[in-house]
Amino acid sequence: MMDTYSIMRAFADSWFLIAMFAFFIGAAIFAFRPGSNKVHKDIANIPFRHEDKPAGDRD
Amino acid sequence: MWDYLKLVIFALITVLAAIAASYARDVAYQVHAILVVLIAAGLFVYTLRGVGSEKVVETGYMDGPIRVGAALTAFWGVVGFLVGTFIAFQLAFPELNFAWAEGYLNFGRLRPLHTSAVIFAFGGTALITSSFYVVQRTSGARLWGGNLAWFVFWGYQIVILLAATGYLLGATHGKEYAEPEWYTDLWLTIVWVAYLVVFMGTLMKRKEPHIYVANWFFLSFIITVAMLHVVNNLAVPVSIFGSKSVQLFAGVQDAMTQWWYGHNAVGFFLTAGFLGMMYYFVPKQAERPVFSYKLSIIHFWALIFLYIWAGPHHLHYTALPDWASTLGMVFSIVLWMPSWGGMINGLMTLSGAWDKLRTDPVIRMMVVSIGFYGMSTFEGPMMSIRAVNSLSHYTDWTIGHVHSGALGWNGMITFGMLYFLVPKLWNRAGLYSLKLVSWHFWLATIGIVLYAASMWVTGIMEGLMWREVDAQGFLVNSFADTVAAKFPMYVVRGLGGVLFLAGAVIMCYNLWMTVKRAPAAEAAGDAAAAPAE
Repeated sequence: MMDTYSIMRAFADSWFLIAMFAFFIGAAIFAFRPGSNKVHKDIANIPFRHEDKPAGDRD
Repeated sequence: MWDYLKLVIFALITVLAAIAASYARDVAYQVHAILVVLIAAGLFVYTLRGVGSEKVVETGYMDGPIRVGAALTAFWGVVGFLVGTFIAFQLAFPELNFAWAEGYLNFGRLRPLHTSAVIFAFGGTALITSSFYVVQRTSGARLWGGNLAWFVFWGYQIVILLAATGYLLGATHGKEYAEPEWYTDLWLTIVWVAYLVVFMGTLMKRKEPHIYVANWFFLSFIITVAMLHVVNNLAVPVSIFGSKSVQLFAGVQDAMTQWWYGHNAVGFFLTAGFLGMMYYFVPKQAERPVFSYKLSIIHFWALIFLYIWAGPHHLHYTALPDWASTLGMVFSIVLWMPSWGGMINGLMTLSGAWDKLRTDPVIRMMVVSIGFYGMSTFEGPMMSIRAVNSLSHYTDWTIGHVHSGALGWNGMITFGMLYFLVPKLWNRAGLYSLKLVSWHFWLATIGIVLYAASMWVTGIMEGLMWREVDAQGFLVNSFADTVAAKFPMYVVRGLGGVLFLAGAVIMCYNLWMTVKRAPAAEAAGDAAAAPAE
């Protein structure tokens, strides 16, 4: 019977490695998906809104 | 009701800490218990005086902790640089380890005080301050949790107080960058969880549909530091009335856990957190959005996935298995790419606005800081290669590398942040003097260059001297020979520290005068004010 270390090590070296790699590639592809330009342009401009007051705060 | 509960809690803490002080088994513990008595009793009186007063519902951004944080960041910076400069001269002139202060102010006691003062007091306060500022502005929402933000802020300052006094009195885990003893560790854990809760709470009530990339970096910094801190500080106290504790891990497992922690303290505290600053303050100061938002996403995920594996490169040629140190080396080298991706993203944010480099010393500071980020993230992967490491490890080259990152990247971006924040927070039209910013910029830059260059020379020299063998295979130099040979470079390093410290003092004066003297910004006008520019 394999000890806990070997079981976890085998899992980490195979499936979990693949899962993490797939997640990373997925995140990269998602960033470059068609249509993301508009969204990213909008997000990139967040620092230039709501400088002085929270959104919707009027005095 | 909450007031009464608070009074009960503070009274209990005061009494328990007083009991602990009387049973204390060592001086550090006793001093800390007395400090806790004083703080808790002070809070008791403060709360008592406020009982029954009307609570006003506050609106707008919560900038109180941020104002105090900006001031304390500057203060801790000067303290940390001062101690650093002093211990640099202690190495050059050992007489500065005064006999009367032996056991308190000698190099061994002051060195962790210096590292913790700059990393955790200066850097940590800067991170908490700027993350509270940035998360509110980019979420369009007030900090969640009301006074919990104040708890996080002052709670963290208490950690600094306990850590700093503990080092001088000899309470230490002996783990680099994780020196504070068990009760300080427990307290930091509580404060850190509250920090996470405030940050997440604010993100959850955000008015923007998306979470700006700076917040991703801040969040990863908070979560990862929580994990690293808890695992690396697993220890059993010898007595509940004493500061000594025993590590749970032993041998090479302990070493690996320590450097998994240690390198990710660099990776997530000094890199991810400060990148959060970069992604907000550089676009703001340059008045244009980040160069590529896509690149910032890739930068984030690549950095997160790679950094966590890089720790073993601190343990080349040790009992650590080869496969593990090779793994650490490979990941360190791969890490070069996202680091430079981030650097390019920061620098290119200025494309079309390069003229600002001529006119705005604050943006110049930020650009140089990103430059140093790029330089030290190239130097780091190079030094992680086993063959290079065999020369560089245990020499002053490592110290030089750390300082070009810490002074150049962390220091300069924090100075830039302070120069940006202070006029905003105190509603000033601008800084008191741009000329003084220029002075600070040049003093700091020349100081870093002196520091890094002298450490390269002395590091490589001592590395070569250590390995030099004669025709018979005997070592040519004794250790004392290398120490003697390093003297001139140690003096140059100390002078670099003096210049850097002088720059920081000028910054404090400039910021103080900005708050006192600079003209107020024009009335923000109608509520829906356009961006302040």
